[in-house]
Amino acid sequence: MSTHTAAEAPLLKVDGITKAYGRVIALDGASLELVAGECHALVGDNGAGKSTLVKVISGVVVPDSGTIAIDGNDTAFVTPNDARAVGVETVYQDLAIALHLNAFENVFLGRELKRTGVLGRLGVLDRRAMRSRTTELLTSLNARLQSAELPVGSYSGGQRQAVAIARSIAWGQRILILDEPTAALGVPQKKMVLDLIARLRRERPEMGILLITHDLPHVFEIADRVTVMRHGRAVATLRTSETTEHELIASITGAAA
Amino acid sequence: MNARTRSARPAEDLGQPLKRPFADRFPAAWITAALVISVIVFSAFTQGRFASASNLNNILLDAAQTLIIAVPMTFIIITAGIDLSVGSTLILSSVVAAWVMAQVSGTPEQVAAFEYPNAGVGIVTGIVAGLLVGLAAGALNGYLIAFLRLPAFVVTLATMGGYQGLALVMTGGTNLVNVPPVLQRDFGAAKLFGVVPLPVVLALVIAAAGWFILRFTVSGMRTLAIGSNIEGARRAGIRVRLHIFWLYALTGLAAGVAGMIDLARFLSTSVEAHGQDALDAISAVVLGGTSLFGGIGNIPGTVVGSLLPSVLQNGFIQLHLAPFWQPVVLAVVLIIAIGYDTLRRRG
Repeated sequence: MSTHTAAEAPLLKVDGITKAYGRVIALDGASLELVAGECHALVGDNGAGKSTLVKVISGVVVPDSGTIAIDGNDTAFVTPNDARAVGVETVYQDLAIALHLNAFENVFLGRELKRTGVLGRLGVLDRRAMRSRTTELLTSLNARLQSAELPVGSYSGGQRQAVAIARSIAWGQRILILDEPTAALGVPQKKMVLDLIARLRRERPEMGILLITHDLPHVFEIADRVTVMRHGRAVATLRTSETTEHELIASITGAAA
Repeated sequence: MNARTRSARPAEDLGQPLKRPFADRFPAAWITAALVISVIVFSAFTQGRFASASNLNNILLDAAQTLIIAVPMTFIIITAGIDLSVGSTLILSSVVAAWVMAQVSGTPEQVAAFEYPNAGVGIVTGIVAGLLVGLAAGALNGYLIAFLRLPAFVVTLATMGGYQGLALVMTGGTNLVNVPPVLQRDFGAAKLFGVVPLPVVLALVIAAAGWFILRFTVSGMRTLAIGSNIEGARRAGIRVRLHIFWLYALTGLAAGVAGMIDLARFLSTSVEAHGQDALDAISAVVLGGTSLFGGIGNIPGTVVGSLLPSVLQNGFIQLHLAPFWQPVVLAVVLIIAIGYDTLRRRG
């Protein structure tokens, strides 16, 4: 780490993260590096610590010890807003979208655009600006919605995922974390979301994507590297071009030497 | 949901969103119809007693008090919360206000003789004190619910008893009747342009403000978001606890405002008369199309819904039926509405 200058430091480096809930140790010195322009998969059995690690990186969980550095600068996240302020956006497994709100209200929730002048000071929303920006984003993701005015609850699973991803890339962030983005989807919608991730990777080279998944074929389809977690530690980081699904499974289960 | 995710479609096509049901677009349609039918029936069978100008005036004044409480209650119910203590907060506010008015408006001898040389100052300080008590009562509810995370239902059930008890302790169980009459002349019985009672104007202004906030502002959208997905709202950076705290505090303030209308109308507190207020306000909100499950709500529906409790109450009296039937009918209507809401929720 000391040999890195800020310029060549990885986009994200987490080191020696520990987190215990009572006597249950969720993270036991987990470390991970993410570089700009890569899609980095995070795999592991249930309870291996993937979700907790992601929550630490996105500021939802404060670790007991360990360091997080963005571009080589040490940071400490206490709230999700701290992580967001330095460009970490997360699409949660449960999407965390409000089903009763429409697409643009969800995209701008917490960061609403207000009208200018007196109306803005009264807190009046600029719906037109939010709608057109959201339409732009969804178009750039190649995701079609019939109307950005309908509650997201009336959308299909794939459409909801698209709204959640649009929200996370709306803010020009550096790191996009996707927690099981295809878990609840049908086959065509899975493919749509994977295409969307591939597209992001091509078109936003300044960004790093961290993808948590159980779906190993997806890892080989879209990830550049893959980190395997077991018992709260990152036990291996492999290039997808230099490994096999068989090797990966062995690493996840601990069967590998 | 499963049927749609299984259906094959081109990969980039995200599918057609579902059409919104009729009831979502016109949430207050049923209750508006029920209200119109009630008014027609009561007007037809009471030889004009129901539809007389002075009677309609009374109905509107009752409805105004319900509406003032029901507007912030709409916001609370949108967050899937509830406030059962509004009637008791109203009583406590009016008792404190009446007490302060009596202290400030003249010497004890003058006030006892219904003379109020300092009525102006007395009324202003009394109203300020009453509104502050309402705000404080609501803030205590909000603190317990939002920050200590106690269930709203039980907290406000407890304070419903507690606030009324405090008011009765202050008055020894009787009503305070030394309210300067100028309050009635200039507000409680006054009319804008000689037509619309001032308390009704006040209620409509509050409803308009509530509609504007819910429909057009950041606060309104965040209220809906909290009711829809509280964890999602938190992760989006919204200060959920503080937001919920203010909703309860402002509902207490609104109950205080309704309490001031009580004093202005009757020149007296009504310490035993408000046990029904929470049911009336919650009915108004739910009948107006706001979902008890959170995330869905509107103010125009609440405005229409606020008329039903007082129309029923008054109509039964004019029909020479026991007015005690009002809560019975309201309960039946409310349960039907909740049943419909629940079915809609289950999809």
